[in-house]
Amino acid sequence: MTYIAKPRFRHPDLPKNTLGFTRRDYEGAVSTLCAGCGHDSISAAIIQACFDLDLPPHRIAKLSGIGCSSKTPTYFLGNSHGFNSVHGRMPSVLTGANLANRDLIYLGVSGDGDSASIGLGQFAHAMRRGVNMVYIVENNGVYGLTKGQFSATSDKGSKSKRGVINMDAPIDLVSMALQLGATFIARSFSGDKTQLVPLIQAALEHKGSAFIDCISPCVAFNNHPGSTKSFDYVREHNEAVNRLDVMVGRSEITADYAPGTVEMVTQHDGSVLRLRKLTADYDPHDRVSAMTYLQRRQEAGEIVTGLLYVDPEPDDLHVYMNTIERPLNELGEQELCPGPKALDKLNAALR
Amino acid sequence: MPKQLERINDFVVKFANVNGSGSASANQLFAKSVLRMGVPATPRNIFPSNIQGLPTWYEVRISEAGYLGARGGVDLVVAMNPQTWDKDVQSIEPGGYLFYDSTKPMPLSRFRDDINVIGVPLTELCNAAYTDLRQRQLFKNIIYVGALAALIDIEIAVVEGLIGEQFKGKDKLIQPNIQALHMGRDYVLKHLTCPIGLRLKKSTAVGDRIFLEGNSAAALGCVYGGATVAAWYPITPSSSMAEAFQSHCRRHRVDAASGKNRFAVIQAEDELASIGMVIGAAWNGARAFTATSGPGISLMQEFIGLAYFAEIPAVIFDVQRGGPSTGMPTRTQQSDVLACAYASHGDTKHVLLFPEDPHECFTMGADAFDLADRLQTPIFVLLDLDIGMNERLCAPLVWDANRRYDRGKVMTAADLDAGREFGRYVDVDGDGITYRTYPGTHPSRGAFFTRGTSRDTFARYTEEGAIYQNNMERLLRKFETAKRFVPRPISRLAKQPTRTGAIFYGSTGPAMTEALDLLDAQGTHVDTMRVRAFPFHDDIIDFVAQHDRVFVIEQNRDGQLRALLVNEGSIDPAKLIPVLHYEGSPITARFIVQEISEKLALSNVTPLRKAVP
Repeated sequence: MTYIAKPRFRHPDLPKNTLGFTRRDYEGAVSTLCAGCGHDSISAAIIQACFDLDLPPHRIAKLSGIGCSSKTPTYFLGNSHGFNSVHGRMPSVLTGANLANRDLIYLGVSGDGDSASIGLGQFAHAMRRGVNMVYIVENNGVYGLTKGQFSATSDKGSKSKRGVINMDAPIDLVSMALQLGATFIARSFSGDKTQLVPLIQAALEHKGSAFIDCISPCVAFNNHPGSTKSFDYVREHNEAVNRLDVMVGRSEITADYAPGTVEMVTQHDGSVLRLRKLTADYDPHDRVSAMTYLQRRQEAGEIVTGLLYVDPEPDDLHVYMNTIERPLNELGEQELCPGPKALDKLNAALR
Repeated sequence: MPKQLERINDFVVKFANVNGSGSASANQLFAKSVLRMGVPATPRNIFPSNIQGLPTWYEVRISEAGYLGARGGVDLVVAMNPQTWDKDVQSIEPGGYLFYDSTKPMPLSRFRDDINVIGVPLTELCNAAYTDLRQRQLFKNIIYVGALAALIDIEIAVVEGLIGEQFKGKDKLIQPNIQALHMGRDYVLKHLTCPIGLRLKKSTAVGDRIFLEGNSAAALGCVYGGATVAAWYPITPSSSMAEAFQSHCRRHRVDAASGKNRFAVIQAEDELASIGMVIGAAWNGARAFTATSGPGISLMQEFIGLAYFAEIPAVIFDVQRGGPSTGMPTRTQQSDVLACAYASHGDTKHVLLFPEDPHECFTMGADAFDLADRLQTPIFVLLDLDIGMNERLCAPLVWDANRRYDRGKVMTAADLDAGREFGRYVDVDGDGITYRTYPGTHPSRGAFFTRGTSRDTFARYTEEGAIYQNNMERLLRKFETAKRFVPRPISRLAKQPTRTGAIFYGSTGPAMTEALDLLDAQGTHVDTMRVRAFPFHDDIIDFVAQHDRVFVIEQNRDGQLRALLVNEGSIDPAKLIPVLHYEGSPITARFIVQEISEKLALSNVTPLRKAVP
């Protein structure tokens, strides 16, 4: 019921996080997407992840391109600055924003049209630059706002709602991110909240370029038999290689796991990722074998999900550029302007 | 015996070389030597889009009177490129001089009998002295500088001094270069009559002026203006600006304590990403710019519209080259005026600045950041190849120690805590400019959603016609406000009252100054106005109103500034007479004088019917 404004009324006993915020403080405006859209589940997962991690909402900047997915930043984190930029160009805007202020958390939201078609170049270059961000592609294999055309992630042979068969080979953004040097790479499914929320949390804690390809069925145009991005198809072909718990110092999760099935990964900021291995032969620290594994499973018609690759000690663009710790947008004349005396010297050297 | 041009401190020397032969630094040494003699000299690099092998020229205009524009014609050619020999010989003014490598005899038919030929066996001298091939090539250039110094009376100590400065720190190169210099000089003194009719005499005409490239000056303007983020994609003729910014920053912007940078320069994957990064950085409160040329402007269109509509500061340096398409990448034009003024789809108007020389590249470069923050919109600084990539004599750079950056209307956490109402697009004081907040300012107030879609004054999405239209009207109000902030035009009145005016801008300045003196000498009186910015100040419109006819002098085919004047000032097009020079070389005073004289003569012809009594 998107025409109804969200009530401001809040239950007094809503649980609060350590910052004193309720989950409602991380919400945004009411979604105008179709009822049942996978994207709304992703928005809910983002809200949950930020609430659970006790992130101050105003220290997050959310940026997007154009499309259904790119509309979603309006529907979460209402107290964060947002930027709905131009089609396929969110990565460059986010990169610039990140250069200006390295202290904020950057959340880029994009779709398969936005990142795999018009913005493939910007997607690739943001990955290889190591921009410190979370980059989520809400991947439904279809152009929703323009009424159901195939996107570049549509599988070869998949059938559109109008019955057209896609003959183009699909672009796999996860494989590209692996090849291009992203330091945190995951795939998930909007219908699997228990997998998705911890992945978003871990990505938010990661100090480098973190990419999540989230398959998010389009209820209007790509949820029919013959589609390879429908709820049913993804559920049937989902092969999760691991399950993740994220511990940020305080919340020790105690559970019993069979020996050898749990791996602890300590990230740069001290957060601990507890990975429950579901597939014995999958190593999320080996880029090359991850690529091979993904290709093999894809060949077998399976969609591999989970934390696919993580570098616990990543560098980011600011390290490469050797920028000062203080955000560049805080510097004033004192720090930036060399002043008249330096200019006199320069003049003298130019005669 | 042909006549011999006799000129002191007033002639044009042109070096014809092969690209990649190491001639550039020798030619620059020549130009600097003239300057060190105290005589104004203006070099122009005429180069191909090529790394090695194609012809390249270096023209030095020497002018005691201080004319820095291209003059047209050549008095002395240094012909070092057999490929262009015939054309180079043809370009010499009657009575002028041809300097060439006489090692290999040339048939008489390849010369002219109305010029003076100076042969120096450069290759022979070189081969006798050096065995290494690269040395032979490089020192040949220095040998001709030595020969020229003797021929036109450049004090040899001046050249030696410059060589010492050039190789400071690589001291072992100094002596061999000086040796080569003397090799040329000694040969000429021994075998030829020195000096020739073209001569230098020590002067004080240079004064305290400095000598630098517009691209470097603009980059320095960015450093002084507080730019911290630069995103760019290599393109001639703007690449040297981004590179100069990086090198200025390395000198002035590295934190002494930590060794870390107070700047970020990023070479993006293309121009779309460059402008995207600039917009992202500026949205987040940093001062950011990109440097590009015409093709880059074409690629940036969509983002420029976003910055205009979402009201994000951005500074774009466009070092213009010959268009359209790839056009003439290494030649100069002023042909991006309209593409910048109305960049992007939908109704847009953008602020343009037109620097005349490196000095203004610096001041306008720095001012652009204040303007961008004040007006929250893209600001274009329109250089061109002529001022961007050539060293030019100009007034020393100055900076007021008390100057503070104008960050425009920004609401802080304190403002928000004090209860000030924040609406991103609420025009609280009627100037069309609204308050913004930087991301991350306040935990519960001041956040807003930036978008390229239509929205209400509180930045909420809307497709309501009236709200959209109000916003578009406010943007016009803001553009009106911009007139108060942009640099004012500069007018110059003729010696006698006149109904004839001329409007010009940018790099046309020096040629225009000279043209006015020439016109004045022939009794033609023209008032002028140098436009320095768009939106046009009312003075410009008044200037047109005060004259019967106004020449608009430009370096493009279609009279782009004229079109802008007609459109924005509601001016009768018949009043504005275009004077257009756009073949790729810089406009000259000779061209302007000829065009204005001819067009005035035509308009002064009495109509036939009235002439019959």
